[in-house]
Amino acid sequence: MKRQHTQKLAVGLITAAAALVVLPIILVIVFLLVKGIGAISWEFLTAAPRNGMKDGGIMPAILGTVILSMGTSLVCIPLALGAAIYLAEYSTESRLTRWVRLAIVNLAGIPSIVYGLFGLGAFVLFLDMGTSIIAGSLTLGIMTLPVVISTAEEAIRAVPREFRIVSQSLGATRWQTIRHQVLPHAIPGIITGIILGLSRAAGETAPILFTVAAFYLPNLPQSASDQTMALPYHLYVIATQVPGMPLSVQYGTALVLLLLVLSLTLVATLIRTRMRRNRDW
Amino acid sequence: MIQPKISVQNVYYTYSSDGLEALKNVSLDIYPNEIFVLFGPARSGKSTLLRLFNRLSDLLEKGDYQGTILFNGRDVFEPGTDIAALRRRIGMVFAVPTPLPGSIRDNLTYGPRMAGISRSELPDRVERSLRLAALWDEVKDRLDESAFALSGGQKQRLCIARSLTLEPEVLILDNPTSGLDPLSTSMVEETLHELKQRYTIIVVPHSVQQAARVATRAAFMLNGELIELNDAGQLFVHPQDKRTEDYVTGRFG
Repeated sequence: MKRQHTQKLAVGLITAAAALVVLPIILVIVFLLVKGIGAISWEFLTAAPRNGMKDGGIMPAILGTVILSMGTSLVCIPLALGAAIYLAEYSTESRLTRWVRLAIVNLAGIPSIVYGLFGLGAFVLFLDMGTSIIAGSLTLGIMTLPVVISTAEEAIRAVPREFRIVSQSLGATRWQTIRHQVLPHAIPGIITGIILGLSRAAGETAPILFTVAAFYLPNLPQSASDQTMALPYHLYVIATQVPGMPLSVQYGTALVLLLLVLSLTLVATLIRTRMRRNRDW
Repeated sequence: MIQPKISVQNVYYTYSSDGLEALKNVSLDIYPNEIFVLFGPARSGKSTLLRLFNRLSDLLEKGDYQGTILFNGRDVFEPGTDIAALRRRIGMVFAVPTPLPGSIRDNLTYGPRMAGISRSELPDRVERSLRLAALWDEVKDRLDESAFALSGGQKQRLCIARSLTLEPEVLILDNPTSGLDPLSTSMVEETLHELKQRYTIIVVPHSVQQAARVATRAAFMLNGELIELNDAGQLFVHPQDKRTEDYVTGRFG
């Protein structure tokens, strides 16, 4: 009898803990929806800011975040994929492998502001790129590497070993085996990792602070060496730097950023479930 | 004198992981168009030996190898050997039938596609291999269905057909009927007799009975040593070595 009570209590506590995890995200979404939905309009999404950013829209910031996400992908995906394939398929217990793993663990642990300062020193100043989309993309791309490498490596390792053995016993080379048997089945996991990495990059302020983000730009960026506005930085600016900024605009901007990031995560989840359902092993 | 297809000369193999001496001074010759059966109790070194023939051992385990294995007179461990080409000429079928993800047709065209054989040749190869593996009639109308939808026996014959699409010279079957029902087993065994006309077949059998049914010549292995090698008619009826006799008559194993 007593044991059954303990059992019930334990299950109750564990369930409550799990439920508590969901609570903050729901509260954040509901709170932002209630406070920010009033600011969302067609103009808010498609027009440039006016009147000291108090009126108009946030289109340049949305576009900037999209551009930076694409730039981040260009930097991150080839490097991460190469590293993941190396680690999962080719690495032996060598010094190089140990260094690569150590680097990944450390990259993952570096605070984002440090990435920002690194980007400033390395790309903006040393390589003389200036505050530019390319410098920001490189900074965000490097920051995103660890999570994409780790998820991609895991996805590649999850492909059953038998497929590799059968493929090579049929006279396929190692690379053909990776290209035709391993990567196609690892793609869902890899895409999930990329999107999760990107959603983090899209929401970060510190790495773009010194490398690309502009307080206010009258024109849209024309090339990769231009600065751009970006949603997280814009939010930071209007929340702290602009006196008399209407609260609804701040909440509206936050809501747009949140929805953008959440929709990326949702896409990742959808791709994963879809592709898992389609596979027959 | 006929040249052996595969010649094993004084081969030793010791696993790095547990120091097991899997092969101790094994020498034997395998000739064209025979069904060469390699049998013995578990861990007697049969699979270890077979996997050296097409260097699948490279992928599976680490160990210390000594001796010589010649395929058509050439050392398969010679530096610079084109391993992919070697594996195309020495095909392998595993104990657990393992289709690759995709359709029946995908499975059958995979080897030739990777070998760079032209697409126009693929349908012919698919049909020929399926006929040889006695599977054509069962799957000819469903080539685009998933290979995983086949029954266990069909999957194994698919794996045999898949190896045949590369038109190998040697086909190794490592316990190909382990998971199959008696009917599927007899179909696979019949297939082997058909294949003997064109290929050199090496089989690790499921049982002594199966060994006796399919073998042209047979070799009995025990604890990494080759105990006895003879024509099937002799070996199973009048074994020379006491240990072979005990195993064949079921006193151990």
